[in-house]
Amino acid sequence: MSVLVVVECDGGEVKKSSLEVASYGSQVAQMLGTTATAVAVGEATEANLAKLGEQGITKVLHDAEPRLKDFVNGAYTKLIAAAAQKEDAKVIVLANSNIGASVGSRLSIRLQASIATNVVELPKTDGGSFTVKRGAFSGKAFADVKLDGDRKIIAVKKNSIEALHEAGKTAQVEAFSAQLTDADFADAPKQVVMQDQAGGILLPEADKVVSGGRGMKGPENWGLIEDLAKALGAATACSKPVSDVDWRPHHEHVGQTGITVSPNLYIACGISGAIQHLAGVNSSKVIVVINKDPEAPFFKAADYGIVGDVFDVLPKLTQAVKELN
Amino acid sequence: MKFLVCISNVPDTTTKITFTPDNKEFNKAGVQFVINPWDEYALTRAIELKEAQGGGTVTVLNVGEADTEPNIRKALAIGADDAIRVNAHPKDAFFVAQQIASIAKDGGYDVILMGKESIDYNGFQVHGMVGELLGVPTVAPAMKLDMSGNTATLEREIEGGKEIVEVNTPFVASCQQPMCEPRIPNMRGIMTARTKPLKVVEPTADAARTEVAAFALPPQKQGVKLIPAENAGELIKLLRNEAKVI
Ligand SMILES: Cc1cc2nc3c(=O)[nH]c(=O)nc-3n(C[C@H](O)[C@H](O)[C@H](O)COP(=O)(O)OP(=O)(O)OC[C@H]3O[C@@H](n4cnc5c(N)ncnc54)[C@H](O)[C@@H]3O)c2cc1C
Ligand SMILES: Cc1cc2nc3c(=O)[nH]c(=O)nc-3n(C[C@H](O)[C@H](O)[C@H](O)COP(=O)(O)OP(=O)(O)OC[C@H]3O[C@@H](n4cnc5c(N)ncnc54)[C@H](O)[C@@H]3O)c2cc1C
Repeated sequence: MSVLVVVECDGGEVKKSSLEVASYGSQVAQMLGTTATAVAVGEATEANLAKLGEQGITKVLHDAEPRLKDFVNGAYTKLIAAAAQKEDAKVIVLANSNIGASVGSRLSIRLQASIATNVVELPKTDGGSFTVKRGAFSGKAFADVKLDGDRKIIAVKKNSIEALHEAGKTAQVEAFSAQLTDADFADAPKQVVMQDQAGGILLPEADKVVSGGRGMKGPENWGLIEDLAKALGAATACSKPVSDVDWRPHHEHVGQTGITVSPNLYIACGISGAIQHLAGVNSSKVIVVINKDPEAPFFKAADYGIVGDVFDVLPKLTQAVKELN
Repeated sequence: MKFLVCISNVPDTTTKITFTPDNKEFNKAGVQFVINPWDEYALTRAIELKEAQGGGTVTVLNVGEADTEPNIRKALAIGADDAIRVNAHPKDAFFVAQQIASIAKDGGYDVILMGKESIDYNGFQVHGMVGELLGVPTVAPAMKLDMSGNTATLEREIEGGKEIVEVNTPFVASCQQPMCEPRIPNMRGIMTARTKPLKVVEPTADAARTEVAAFALPPQKQGVKLIPAENAGELIKLLRNEAKVI
């Protein structure tokens, strides 16, 4: 019996969210009196996989099949199912990402497992039951969900678990083959198009976000947002109307019908704070609101606020960050 | 071509969320229910593709009790041809997926579309469960869907980019913006929706694998600390020294 964690890798490195997943898995393993094994997907170097020891992982299974570099639903599902079989995994932990949700939901059927997505805390395992806390109602609530059966799948929400860093510990990397065939790659992408990311920080992975709304007046003013984001090492985001009129691309739109983010810091510039916008950001640890209207509803959800004009305030903030560094 | 569009009945996006006194259930009192916003992309795109093909059918499917029928009728008013309601309290995603898979198999549907996720339970998992139960590919979440014969070309969002994927029917896709501009019902649609067929069937399987033990609301914010605009730089110091986030 063991805990299996799925680590997503990109450009040789383990994604930050997967370090959190690994830390979650190793702590569950400890609770259950067993060890945690990782299985890697995407492009990973052995050295980086061995470093997963710092997150409490004992062993990493690595299938060197080159076509696993890009996400292929069929192949990833088969690989993880094979790893789960080999390790007799009772709990499988993955990221609540597009990859994690796609693979996790298929695995739950294939392995006859119960599944919870959007999980924000370590499980409670008293009295033989296994309960996890997950986000629900688009950030407006939480639900404690009891997972039945003797196999469970948990998809962990980004930035909700602190990654462990036990310096010097290494995991043993083991070659593993799931004997994937051409048929498993039938749904392989024809093409993968990556976004041109200013500063290279992806919004879903970011721990700081600077976001702009209609109060920014037009796309030509986004330099102010980008300058502050760059100084802070933050990703940029926007409200829905901003992407609806193509001031910014759709993948930056946060909220109930956009992506949900939970960074340590969310700075909202010229955004009113409509309930649908808040749904996508209200699990951020610290929220800063800059708005010229003191009655803007966003201030009620904020930790810090400046009542003022974004065109005046943003350059001052960027300057202050530069002075600090 | 036969399209099956799964719609979920969810509280309006402006709803203030509260629970029953035992915290076991969502408090429906006074709440307005709508078609899950993501599902509107699935529905409109299915109608557009049917129109472009010059034939075929769009069937909407909901797993829910009789109180979901107004939104099923709304989907018919938007342009679906007929509807099926599986008469059951949706216990969990697995329970719902089994019903969808069973209807999809019996009805011989070519394209099964759903929304990216429900805005109430935020599962983002029914797509994969249905795909696996049927043994067909799933593409989730899809931002674009075009069909040529039996082959679909989709854009699938991945963290930091997108994949262009091709699949043959039958397949499952979960939809999100900017796939299309969701349609709203017009007067003629509302009139014809009244007479379109809505079939009610009983569930085929009863199993669920999860159970909500309790709901909770997030902790209240402490209140906002305001910094005067003249002193904007002070905020950065607070973020470093007090909040410790930069
Ligand atoms: C079904 C549904 C789903 C939705 N989903 C989403 C979603 O996912 N995400 C989302 O964001 N929205 C969503 N919306 C839209 C939402 O209701 C709001 O309309 C939207 O969030 C408003 O965007 P905004 O704050 O940028 O614009 P506005 O509401 O127009 O606010 C602009 C703000 O900027 C301030 N301002 C103006 N000039 C300045 C200045 N010079 N300096 C400082 N402040 C200034 C104003 O005081 C105002 O508060 C949804 C709506 C519906 C009905
Ligand atoms: C009154 C009520 C009580 C509920 N109680 C519980 C509960 O106690 N525990 C629990 O886990 N869940 C409960 N649910 C949620 C319900 O079971 C969900 O429909 C199911 O869990 C799927 O939601 P999801 O967020 O996992 O789906 P997702 O995977 O996020 O949904 C993706 C897509 O699947 C389709 N879909 C989802 N649900 C349905 C549906 N019912 N009919 C047709 N298509 C659908 C939609 O296209 C949706 O966009 C309840 C729902 C209602 C309405």
